[in-house]
Amino acid sequence: MSIDIAQFHAVFFDESQEHLDDMEQLLMELDVDDPDLEQLNSIFRAAHSIKGGSGIFGFDALTGLTHVMENLLDKARNSTIKLYVPTVDLFLETVDLLKVILDAYKSQSDLPDEDIQQGVAALEEALAKSAGDASPPQDGEPAVESASQAIDDGFGFFDDDEPVAGQQAEEGTIEPVASAVTQQDMSDSFGFYDESALPAKPDDSKPYGFYKPVEQIRDDVKSVAKGNVTKEEVKPGQKRKAADTKTASKEASSIRVDTHKIDSMVNLVGELVITQSMLSMISEEVTGTVGQKLQTAIGELQRNTREIQESAMSMRMLPINMTFNRFPRVVRDLSIKLGKKVNLVIEGGATEIDKSMIEKLVDPLTHLVRNSIDHGIEKTATRVEAGKSETGTVILRAEQKGGNIVISIIDDGAGLNRDRIVAKARENGLSAPDDMPDKEVWKLIFQPGFSTAAEVTDVSGRGVGMDVVRRNIESIGGRIDIESRAGNGSAFYIQLPLTLAIVDGISVAIGDQIFVVPLVNIIESIQPTREQIKSIGNDNLLWIREQYWPLVAVHQMMDVDNAIEKPTEGIVVLLESSKRRYGILVDSLLGQQQVVIKSLEQHYRKVPGISGATIMGDGRVAMILDADSIAERCRPLAEEELLA
Amino acid sequence: MNTAEQTISHEQNEYLSFVLSDEHYALDITSVKEIRGYEPVTKIANAPPFIKGVLNLRGDIVPIIDLRIKFNVGEPVYNEFTIVIMLNVLDRIVGIVVDGVSDVIRLTDDEVRPPPEFGVAFDSQYLHGLASVGEHMVILVNIESLISSEELGLFDSHNDVGDK
Repeated sequence: MSIDIAQFHAVFFDESQEHLDDMEQLLMELDVDDPDLEQLNSIFRAAHSIKGGSGIFGFDALTGLTHVMENLLDKARNSTIKLYVPTVDLFLETVDLLKVILDAYKSQSDLPDEDIQQGVAALEEALAKSAGDASPPQDGEPAVESASQAIDDGFGFFDDDEPVAGQQAEEGTIEPVASAVTQQDMSDSFGFYDESALPAKPDDSKPYGFYKPVEQIRDDVKSVAKGNVTKEEVKPGQKRKAADTKTASKEASSIRVDTHKIDSMVNLVGELVITQSMLSMISEEVTGTVGQKLQTAIGELQRNTREIQESAMSMRMLPINMTFNRFPRVVRDLSIKLGKKVNLVIEGGATEIDKSMIEKLVDPLTHLVRNSIDHGIEKTATRVEAGKSETGTVILRAEQKGGNIVISIIDDGAGLNRDRIVAKARENGLSAPDDMPDKEVWKLIFQPGFSTAAEVTDVSGRGVGMDVVRRNIESIGGRIDIESRAGNGSAFYIQLPLTLAIVDGISVAIGDQIFVVPLVNIIESIQPTREQIKSIGNDNLLWIREQYWPLVAVHQMMDVDNAIEKPTEGIVVLLESSKRRYGILVDSLLGQQQVVIKSLEQHYRKVPGISGATIMGDGRVAMILDADSIAERCRPLAEEELLA
Repeated sequence: MNTAEQTISHEQNEYLSFVLSDEHYALDITSVKEIRGYEPVTKIANAPPFIKGVLNLRGDIVPIIDLRIKFNVGEPVYNEFTIVIMLNVLDRIVGIVVDGVSDVIRLTDDEVRPPPEFGVAFDSQYLHGLASVGEHMVILVNIESLISSEELGLFDSHNDVGDK
């Protein structure tokens, strides 16, 4: 039995996590003064689902806590108690606690027993208090109450099971588990009844599936209790009804799929695209009517494969709201803790981004948002003094710009403190000349061990430094830039590729080889004139729009024969990496295309200057140039002089 | 892997024999993934000359090594008879270029004699032993230790390879 049930644990954990996230989000949105009944119902349903599931699996700690929470929520949505901010706080704390318990069950570690007891006690206290100052019940409510009371009586024998059901289940006998399940069914029905019957009259008891007046139900129920009707007879109908209403809408909109399955599908589709382009190249060699037919069919195939590729890629894409949604809570808690007034504005939450990036963005974004509130936004008094509005604003924005997603974290706080950063840098033995441009100064905070220690509070300094933020972002192919003005606030811009598996690139010919240059890095391509080329020693420089650009001889670096060596005979592609800007000389531009990135390291090893390989339409391998690594490898020129 | 010194068994192992110039070699057939003709490869920058480049093996980017260049045996010519043996070694796929593939041979451990200290292209640490097959002497290569050797430089680090 336990083995059978254990296989559903993962699903339960996933679903409960979602329910908890939903609850948190709904609680955040809840207007305390005028709560939306539908929202309260949704919160109640979420709590209820967790309670039900945990009851089945014997996760008593979850069942116990959600049960009390549910009681309080039930009162709230029946308007028998009035909601206050502390009540919502209490709910949020409970959600946190539930998450901890869930994690504990998931990792099979020890339960935070003390916290659970405190949590239950806090909720019960609130419940007891609410009973005291309950507002007079409104019309129709007593009837509903008494009706459910009647049902409670009728199913009274289950009530006995309720508190101990989980414990019995733990003992491992089949009977208690069955009763726990039955109890779950009953509570589902109650939940269902409550939702739809709230505005209805008590005798409208259709949701039970009995189609009988309530008095009769009461009798029936009593006979159930006496054993005239077996449990099994009651169960199926109720179960189906409850399950239908609860899950129907969800099932229609999404299903759970293992990410490995999607990944392997994305890979296979990549192969399909390559095979398809091979086919279309071969088809061009076929002449006559057969050739025409073949080309038409392959044209069709090409459209279909492109669509398959797009939809396969979109399966991995999720709205960035998955990450953003946690921030209202972060901001709320933090601003209360720090005694600051902060308004969080979220924009572009529907922007879609690769799932693997969503997970990896959580930590860096949390760190940046916390930083903005802790270090950026000033205390209310200071703000007023500076002539700003009392409430600080933090903007969290996601937008798609070309082949990139740009996430901005903008605050209207005090901005970065140049003097302090420079002082700290010197203390750490970094070179920081007085005339260092602001942009360079801001970059210093990404150095390891760089913390403006004067400001460390219990909020910041959780061991995640800005260097880790940058490393996290770079690990998913992104980069981070800072803008800051003293007194006006600061802005962090995170630029991310749309997806990790595919890169938009321009294929270029260098000698007899083809390379792919990621579009992200390309600023422009030009055919230089003789006047634009200057040389210092053996290095060529390109003079464009009042700036000197170092020219990197990629053909030498990549060891390619027969490449054009005179800049005036080839084409210069101007690149921008996170470290510097430079031009590379190529023979010709071949075309823009999306390429599937293949790892070189899987069967070989890392190659300097190359970020990976891809397979071209003819099945041959082309290398993808890595602008950062090329920049590192070329001799460091006096960049500041050149770009100043 | 040092089976030559183990107690004599009569269990037969299968080896794929191949030719480099006029020398006969053989490797454990279980590490062979497939055998195919030589195709043009994509050059890798700054790789040693014996690493010809990479090619696309059904979506995998696989490095191709020319053992003739590495061990200075014969002339590295590439024609329609040039063969690439695709190997599956330590979860990686690597192709080796050889002049030809001759046969699958079965040998019991007592037919394998200890490797000579000199006289073959390979360092004796990559050798498994010698065997006589017909009129030829066949050199058994310990392909796993060869492919993972630092000398070939196919792997980023050497620490994940044990001395089996």
